[in-house]
Amino acid sequence: MSDTADAQTDEAAKSSLGPGICPVTDLATDYDMFDPDYLRDPFSAWAALREQDCPIAHTERYGGSWLPTRYDDLQAMAKMVPELSSKAPLVIDLPDALVKENATGYNAAAPISADPPEQGWTRRALLPHFTPKGVVKDREYTEKLCHELIDGFIDDGKCDAAVDYAQQIPPRVIARKLGVDEGMVDDFIEWVRGVLELGLQEPELRAKYRDIIREFFAAEVADRRVKPKDDLITALCQTEHEGELLPDEVVIGMCNLQLVAGIDTTWSSIGSALWHFAGHEDDRRRMVAKPDLWNTAVEELLRFYAPVTMARNASEDVDYGGVTFKKGDKILMNFPGANHDPDHFEDAHEVQLDRQKNRHVAFGIGIHRCAGSNLARMEMEVALKTWFERIPEFTLSDPDAVTWAGGQVRGPRTVSVTFG
Amino acid sequence: MKIVIDANRCEGHSRCYSLAPDLVDVDDLGNAFVLGDGTVPEALEDKAHLMTDNCPEFAISIEAD
Repeated sequence: MSDTADAQTDEAAKSSLGPGICPVTDLATDYDMFDPDYLRDPFSAWAALREQDCPIAHTERYGGSWLPTRYDDLQAMAKMVPELSSKAPLVIDLPDALVKENATGYNAAAPISADPPEQGWTRRALLPHFTPKGVVKDREYTEKLCHELIDGFIDDGKCDAAVDYAQQIPPRVIARKLGVDEGMVDDFIEWVRGVLELGLQEPELRAKYRDIIREFFAAEVADRRVKPKDDLITALCQTEHEGELLPDEVVIGMCNLQLVAGIDTTWSSIGSALWHFAGHEDDRRRMVAKPDLWNTAVEELLRFYAPVTMARNASEDVDYGGVTFKKGDKILMNFPGANHDPDHFEDAHEVQLDRQKNRHVAFGIGIHRCAGSNLARMEMEVALKTWFERIPEFTLSDPDAVTWAGGQVRGPRTVSVTFG
Repeated sequence: MKIVIDANRCEGHSRCYSLAPDLVDVDDLGNAFVLGDGTVPEALEDKAHLMTDNCPEFAISIEAD
């Protein structure tokens, strides 16, 4: 935001370049969310943008989007409902020919793909299953799972911490919670990457996996309608809104959300944390010596390596912070960038495992705060604690081989480590 | 010292509950409420500050005696 007199003068001087465009450097007008350099180090890009007098960047790439970088802006923009709509939370929309009416808006993946009032009742249906108390019964399973995964590779003296461990945990936890076949996790991983990672820039691939996921859950929902089980799909099938059971399309969309939002994101957080410890011996040794730090450490790792950037659409022309979001414009809710704002986090560029003041926004804020945040937090804590109990000594085998996935979920996709 | 939670700001992150379960609890939706009248025993004052400083919605405030 340009809230100083000098900044406003500069802003006026630049107005000849066109309203709504922030004409400072290439980064401010042409950022690229898929650029490998940006993915390796988005922090310095956000810092450079933040220090400029117009820290809301814009790009024409991939259909165009805006990128705020300051904590205060993200706090304010998260509350701009319904001006900034969440009905299409991916930054690149599917072309009209691939859009299906029964798989858009609140049918797509409620509550994240909904605005009030649909956002409210779909969210209330989901939340009781994801409170700290609601995820207690998932914890024991997660602990057992983490041990089994480590059993599978510990004697090798090495593994890919992203592929063999981090990636394996969230799909199994959510499959079990939903009540679907845990033996299908490799399919689930393929489907989710097809929608959210590989498919973000490939509309036909994304539509293909969207359809696969919806068809899969349509069959599961139909099954629970006649054969209720003790699982989340059944619970959603039995939930009422205004005296009516939730419609099938909405329940299918909510299951879709559990799969798509619950897998890629959490594995990115676990993978980033293990990557951090593998490359930062001092922090790794500190956690071995002081396991009571895990509570603050998990939050700090969530802050620093926050993986998720959801998008909003301007539902009308909106003037904010010296720029104009035109109706239909995409805005990337850069919560990871907010988490690195030095105005709100002391030594924001440092991982401080005992950080006391930490109002991080890794799970978003406002009405779209990640519904699964407490499941993700539990998975991350259990995954890291269990790893450290079994494998306290580990280093990166090949630091240069680490690759980071980008777009709207940032995380390491391969992290080869050697034990001992 | 007394803690107050603004129910209109709370979005159910539950971080206060995770840091200070002796001072707050959460309902079925994860939204926080203070235990008792919110009075903080002296031994838990650090916890009260900690949970306040970790609320991403700025929903918790501390009232001095």
